[in-house]
Amino acid sequence: MNFRAASDQAVLVYLGNEIGLAAHERVLKLLQSLEKKPPKWLRNVQPAYCSLLVTFDTSQADHEGVEDALREYEARSETMRVGKRKTVEIPVCYDEEFGPDLHDVASFHRLTPARVVQLHCGQAYHAYFLGFAPGFAYLGDLPNEIATPRRESPRRQVPAGSVGIAGRQTAVYPYSTPGGWRLLGRTPVRMFRGGRKPGPLISIGDAVQFRAISRNEYYQLEKA
Amino acid sequence: MSTLVVESPGLLTTVQDLGRMGYGALGVSPSGAADTVAMRLGNLLVGNPTGAAVLEMTLLGGRFLFPQGAVVALAGADFGASLDGRAAEMWTPHVVEPGMKLVLGATNNYARCYLAVAGGIRVAPLLGSAATHLMSGLGGFQGRALRKGDVLELGARRKRIEPKKVSQAVLLHLKPRKKLRVTDGPQSELFSQEAKQMFFGRTFRVSEESDRLGMRLEGARIPVDGAAEMITEGVTLGAVQITPSGHPIVLGVEQQTTGGYPKIANVIGADLHRLGQLRPRDEIRFERTSLAVARSLWIEQQRLLNNPAQLFV
Repeated sequence: MNFRAASDQAVLVYLGNEIGLAAHERVLKLLQSLEKKPPKWLRNVQPAYCSLLVTFDTSQADHEGVEDALREYEARSETMRVGKRKTVEIPVCYDEEFGPDLHDVASFHRLTPARVVQLHCGQAYHAYFLGFAPGFAYLGDLPNEIATPRRESPRRQVPAGSVGIAGRQTAVYPYSTPGGWRLLGRTPVRMFRGGRKPGPLISIGDAVQFRAISRNEYYQLEKA
Repeated sequence: MSTLVVESPGLLTTVQDLGRMGYGALGVSPSGAADTVAMRLGNLLVGNPTGAAVLEMTLLGGRFLFPQGAVVALAGADFGASLDGRAAEMWTPHVVEPGMKLVLGATNNYARCYLAVAGGIRVAPLLGSAATHLMSGLGGFQGRALRKGDVLELGARRKRIEPKKVSQAVLLHLKPRKKLRVTDGPQSELFSQEAKQMFFGRTFRVSEESDRLGMRLEGARIPVDGAAEMITEGVTLGAVQITPSGHPIVLGVEQQTTGGYPKIANVIGADLHRLGQLRPRDEIRFERTSLAVARSLWIEQQRLLNNPAQLFV
């Protein structure tokens, strides 16, 4: 467990130095133990692959005090079990219209587009964390056969619902935003619900399975 | 019920409050007013709790009609406001008679002006806050910037509003400045000595491509050699990221919640309201300070803002 001050009001807690399930389980456990009994100085927790950014009320605690407390939370969380997580199925239309980079990804790996789709849908992914924008879940790990670097120049606008890959990660863009990931398809499903019971479709730690659908199905689901 | 009618919205006017803190695990950044100090003072002037929802205007203000009247105050940047044709002073409450119009123009000094109304702006809260998050279309008034013809509901006024003014000494103390104080960022040590000298030695210009998400800076390119690739991690308000091109980006209130660029510094809490008042083409510098100094400046600022006896004359 390592600490680095992120700002005068926040500390980064590192629980590993590579992307993987081992470090992430420690992240989940520490998050869970902080959520279970939040210290009074806690203002926000932002989990990621192998770190948590902990923002605190500076008038109630300083870095040293927060770090000491986090060490205790981590020690207590070691024996904890990670709570049960759900499986989320996401329908994706991989048509060229929705996945403008599918052919490039296929030729980059000398595969057919159909094979790329098969590999992308062929396994469940682990939701490491939500970041970037509300409901944007970082999913991994993508099979090595289709792991592809980001585009050299990001798009100014990626349509909402776009399903992209970058390195060994994959994700759905919940909103129309700029983005540099390679786009394979699009889902008609909303990734973040507003209204009276707001929340993301995918939560940290969930299993996510993509399912290929036709254009017809896409438009039907979009209407529904 | 009292309302506010938007006759003209200005350049970018949104409903904001102190933001929704604590939803990082959902990918939701706090959002809220870019200058919470001005926002809080505006609310206090009209007898509201400091966290009541206000309108945040950007660079160019709007024209607002109050069919049932209201008590209002303007805080932050001076947008040359007038009420029913007469100049309306900043930092003091004004009684608006039914049918009167408040008209604001272009800024005379900083980026954002806050319109606080007694009783607050009433919108359905999302995750406990009225703040608008523009990118996702969440919160605020229909999740978007105000448009001509929008009618906003006002909350009930609770008490008689005493005439008062924010003291000159307080305004001077909290005045926006072009020098931002920072502490080291989590990747500071990965930057070369030369990179740090450049960062603290040079003047940067705020780019036109700046918004509530972040402020892009032009000027010296900071070399990132030692700090190029890193694993995505949580990022904070005021983080100074260095992009691969060497240009710094300072994260704003509607920031992305995680990022993979190395951070050379972070604006201290007591200067975040100043960050929110910077305009495109403003020239700024960074000054390094310690965590201990930053903390005592923050505590001092909070004490001041929580002490009405010291704030008003």
